[in-house]
Amino acid sequence: MSTESMALDKPRSPRRPAARRSNFELHSWVFMRISGVLLVILVLGHLFIMNILDGGVHRINFAFVAGRWSSPFWQFWDLSMLWLAQLHGTNGVRTIINDYARKDTTRFWLKIVLYTSMVLIVAVGTFVIFTFDPNIPAD
Amino acid sequence: MSTTASPADRAGAARRAGSSRRSGTFYKGDPGMWSWVAHRITGVLTFFFLFAHVLDTALVRVSPNAYDAVIETYKSPLVNLMEVGLVGAVLYHALNGIRVMLVDFWEKGARLQRPMLWVILGIWLLVMVPGTYFMLERTVTEMFGG
Repeated sequence: MSTESMALDKPRSPRRPAARRSNFELHSWVFMRISGVLLVILVLGHLFIMNILDGGVHRINFAFVAGRWSSPFWQFWDLSMLWLAQLHGTNGVRTIINDYARKDTTRFWLKIVLYTSMVLIVAVGTFVIFTFDPNIPAD
Repeated sequence: MSTTASPADRAGAARRAGSSRRSGTFYKGDPGMWSWVAHRITGVLTFFFLFAHVLDTALVRVSPNAYDAVIETYKSPLVNLMEVGLVGAVLYHALNGIRVMLVDFWEKGARLQRPMLWVILGIWLLVMVPGTYFMLERTVTEMFGG
């Protein structure tokens, strides 16, 4: 940070009006780091197993998914990855919308679309992981 | 305020000073800037893919045949090639994310932002060469025999 941003108030300068500030941006900044570290492990592990190991994507089908989700470990892995990636990605795209949207209405509607898609994807993904049925009829 | 690497990269670039300071810019055009641009692009691409990927996986709740039919498209040559692009994008985003955190929290991070960029690009290449081989092996042998 540059020095001018660290300028101090003069002694006994009048109190600034009570700031209407929240720490949301600080918390989202911290969240990006914490979720980022976890996602490095979760996502790179996921990609290594699914795309590279033992034939990669060519061996994936319903039976393969059923085999993995019979284990609570991989259910928990996928659920954590879903939530963390959606929140991490949504917050990243929120930052990008804030940076590039020029009009308040544009920014508002882009964020409505973004938050709607986040809720949809988290809800659908969570529902699927918790209600997965390996014996569902084939058609 | 941006919540990604830009301020820290700018600090690192400012410390190096020299010629870039005289030309009136500390950050613009520095490799650190391009690493930030690439971080955004790879992040957005991954986010859009995730949207599609959760929905295609949700088909396991519809029927095994519906899921298997969609997964077949992932095994076609073109989508198989896009898979390499996705893995490359995610791997860059992960490695550069670690670099951003080192710039943020490591005392030498800001000063070493540029060498750290070359290191992560080296790791990226080292992983992507065998990774691409294993991802495309089957498609290539099926297309060209062997």
